[in-house]
Amino acid sequence: MLNRHYAASKGLHLNYSIIEKIIEENSRVLDLGCGNGYLLKLLKDKKNVKGNGIEISQNEVIRCLEKGLSVIQGDIDEGLKQISDKYYDYVILNQTLQSAHNPDFVLEEMLRAGKKCIVSFPNFAYWKVRFNFFFTGNMPKSRVLPFEWYNTPNIHLLTIKDFFEYAKKNNIKILEGLYTTKAHIRKGIQYNIFSNFFAEEAIFVISRD
Amino acid sequence: MIKNEKSACFVETKSYTIEEKIKFESGVEFAPITVAYETYGELNTDKTNAILVIHALTGDAHAAGYHSENDKKPGWWDTMIGAGKAFDTDKYFVICTNILGGCSGTTGPSSINPETGKSYGTTFPVFTIEDTVKVQKKLLDYLGIKKLYSVAGGSMGGMQAMQFVISYPDFVDSAILIATTSRLSPQAIAFNAVGRNSIISDPFWNNGDYYDKENKPDRGLSTARMIGHITYLCEEAMYNKFGRRLQNKDHYDFNFDIDFQVESYLQHQGQIFVDRFDANSYLYITKAIDYFDPAKKYGSLKEAFKKSEAKFLIISFDSDWLFPSSQAKEIVNTLVQIGKDVSYCEIQSPCGHDAFLLEFEVQTKIIKSFLNTHIKGDEDNAE
Repeated sequence: MLNRHYAASKGLHLNYSIIEKIIEENSRVLDLGCGNGYLLKLLKDKKNVKGNGIEISQNEVIRCLEKGLSVIQGDIDEGLKQISDKYYDYVILNQTLQSAHNPDFVLEEMLRAGKKCIVSFPNFAYWKVRFNFFFTGNMPKSRVLPFEWYNTPNIHLLTIKDFFEYAKKNNIKILEGLYTTKAHIRKGIQYNIFSNFFAEEAIFVISRD
Repeated sequence: MIKNEKSACFVETKSYTIEEKIKFESGVEFAPITVAYETYGELNTDKTNAILVIHALTGDAHAAGYHSENDKKPGWWDTMIGAGKAFDTDKYFVICTNILGGCSGTTGPSSINPETGKSYGTTFPVFTIEDTVKVQKKLLDYLGIKKLYSVAGGSMGGMQAMQFVISYPDFVDSAILIATTSRLSPQAIAFNAVGRNSIISDPFWNNGDYYDKENKPDRGLSTARMIGHITYLCEEAMYNKFGRRLQNKDHYDFNFDIDFQVESYLQHQGQIFVDRFDANSYLYITKAIDYFDPAKKYGSLKEAFKKSEAKFLIISFDSDWLFPSSQAKEIVNTLVQIGKDVSYCEIQSPCGHDAFLLEFEVQTKIIKSFLNTHIKGDEDNAE
C-alpha cells in the first residue's frame, strides 16, 4: 500500500533502473513491500533473477500474481523469521524504510536474510525540504514526500547523515552509496555533507559479514 | 430461466470402478471402489491441461453446471468453474470426484458390500486423507493423465490437494490450497467430535446398521450439521445474516420452539442435510480430517513437502477461525524455508470459513492470474 502511494509520485523509475544495474544476473532476490511487482518483474525479465516479494496490500498482491510473480501477503514489520540466514543474494527495501514501524528491526532482519541489502529512502535533509520547513513552519512536503502530517505513511523519516551514523553504530558495512537528484547521481561510500544537502533520495547497498 | 448460457450444456456424473485392491494407511486392503466423477472442458491432446478440483466435507462430484432442466441449483463451485471463470473450461480440463467414503456415488459405508449383499455400515474400513488421494490418483491414471496442471481444493479439499502434492510430488505442476490447514486445531477436532457424538448417541444409529431400517439417525446427523454450520460462520457473519432477529414474529413465544432466525437457519440446514448425506459417511470423513497431519507422519512439514515440484498458491480468509490464517501461514513459511515457489493471499471477508465458497470474485482474480501465468512461468522458475 505504501509503495502504491509512493509510486504516484514520480521518482521511482530512476530508482528502478539504478537497482537493476546493481543486481547481478541470476541472483536470488527478495523485494520487501514490493507493491505491484514492477521492480521484481523488471529484475526477472532483465536480470533473470529468482525473485520473491512480500506485500501487505491484497490488491497489490493480485497485481503481482497477474505478472506471474511469487508473492506473499504479509507485513514486513513482523520480520522474516521464515527465511533462513543469508538465503537471498539481495534483499531490497525500496522507499519503504521510512514507513516501517520498526525500521531497525526490519534492517536487522534484512541483513540476516540477505548477503547484500539495497535500501532506498527520501533524504529528509534535502535542501528543499529544509527550506520548506524553515520558511513555512509546516511539515515539509515535496515531490517524493507528498503527504500531510496526518495521513503520511512516512513515520520514520531520516537523512543520509542519520543513515551513515546508524550504519556505523550497528556495524553495517556500506558497500555502495548513490545519491540522486532529479537529473544527477552521485556516488560515494563516505559521508559527504553536500550529498546530504543536495540529494533528494539515497540508495545504499549494505551488508554485514 | 435460471440458467445462463455458460451452464447451458448439461453435465453428468460418471463412474469408474477400481477392481484391484487398494492398501489403506491402516493396513487394510480394500476393493472394489467405484469413484463418481464429473469433468468439464476438454482434455488437450498432450493431456497437460487437467486440473483436479476437490470438494470439502459434504460436497460431491457435481462441482459445476446443471444435470438437467429441473435442477434448481448448479454444482457447488459453479461460480468458479466454467467458460471464462477462475477454472476456465475453455482452457482447462477440470475433474472433480466424490471422496472415498462419501455417499454421492463413490464407494462408502452406505454402499452395498458385494460379499454380503448388505451395506457396509461400520464394517467399512477407516480411511485417511492419504487413502482418498490414492483413489483419486487411480482415476487420473485411468483417464490417461500423466501430470496435473493443478490441484485445487478448499477446507478438506485443500488437505487432499496438499496430500496429493506430498504423495505424488512430481505429478503436480501447481497446487491451490484454500482455507485449509496441515492439521486441525484441537478446537476444530472438538467440534468434529461433538458432531460424531451426536450421531452415535442417536438410538437409530444402531451401531451404524440402519440402512434397511425404517428410522435413520436423522436427528443425530442434523445436529452434527448444525454444529458444523456454526463453525463455518463467524460472529460477524452471524450478526450480518441474522442479528437477534426473530423468525416470522415480533415477540418471544415463551416456549422451546424456534424464536430466533439463527435457530431457524440451523434447523433448516440440519433438516435438508439428512436428505442428501449419510450419517456413517459423516463419521468416517470427519475422522479422516482429524487424523490428517503430514508433519506427524513425515517427521516435519518440511520433510513432507521436500520432494514437491509444484508451485503453490495459498489462500486464507481473515474471519475464518476454523482454518485460521495463522495455520495457512505455517504452511507458507515452511514452503519458503525449503525454497519452494509459493504465493500467499489473505482475503478480507466477513463470511468466516464459508468464505471459500462465497467470495468468488476476488478468488477468481487471484486464481486466474496464478493459473494463467504459470504456463509461461515454467522456465522462469527453473533454478
